[in-house]
Amino acid sequence: MEPIVAYSLVLSAVLFTMGVLAVLARRNPIIMFMGIELMLNAANLAFIAFSRHLDKLDGQVIALIFMAVAAAEVAIGLAIIVSIYRYRRDVDVDAVNVLRG
Amino acid sequence: MNVIELIVFIAAAALALVGAAGMVMSRNPVHSALFLIANFFALAVIFLLLSAPVLAALQVLVYAGAIMVLFLFIIFFFVQPGQKHLYVYSLPWQTFFSGILVIVLICILVLGLYMGGVFTAEEHVQSAAMKVEELTSPQALGSALFSRYLLPFELTSLLLLAAMLGAVVLARKEGRGDMEEKD
Repeated sequence: MEPIVAYSLVLSAVLFTMGVLAVLARRNPIIMFMGIELMLNAANLAFIAFSRHLDKLDGQVIALIFMAVAAAEVAIGLAIIVSIYRYRRDVDVDAVNVLRG
Repeated sequence: MNVIELIVFIAAAALALVGAAGMVMSRNPVHSALFLIANFFALAVIFLLLSAPVLAALQVLVYAGAIMVLFLFIIFFFVQPGQKHLYVYSLPWQTFFSGILVIVLICILVLGLYMGGVFTAEEHVQSAAMKVEELTSPQALGSALFSRYLLPFELTSLLLLAAMLGAVVLARKEGRGDMEEKD
């Protein structure tokens, strides 16, 4: 495999792990959400690296669609965080354990 | 992969790693968001190196532009600096165990890459320049998007519409009287 593809895959694995760390170790929901974004980006990087390796455009198309999905997800997730802030004046993911408006 | 590409890749990868680490570590959510923007720019550079210029541009526009602006907007609106959490029960050993889990995960991922034969060099001298030419062109990406991938593309637009409606409904204020009192 081309060296740049291999290095990109390793970088993608490391970035994904850091996103997982942000979700697991932090309790601020906004930072957890950024960790999710980081994981999506790492997956995108892997798709583009494989697209380069296989010499096909499919990976790039899937990465493009993922970007739109990530945008939709951010809009919905931040709307949920905003409504929780309205309701409680503070957001702690461990405290939000009742699904009632 | 020549020397200049290697240097640019190493610099961008270092910036991406520093951005991700800073995002995880920093106490202030605004600093986290700024670190994440640095990370996204570095990833855009790596996309360029992987011969995907359209996605590099979109990475800067969509992620570093739109999405992070949305994050900063929410942070500026709702998080006061130095705000104490009202609820202070933390899971015991949360950081410790998540660190262990993360180390296990990275070991599994890199081991999987190694077993998958990612690091074995192959001789692929066959017309690398011509390959990259077709992969790089925005025309090829556009025609693939509008011919072979037309259905996922249209479904994506439907998803964005649904997300827009959902965000409006979720973030709206509750109650009847919010039409008159404009706040």
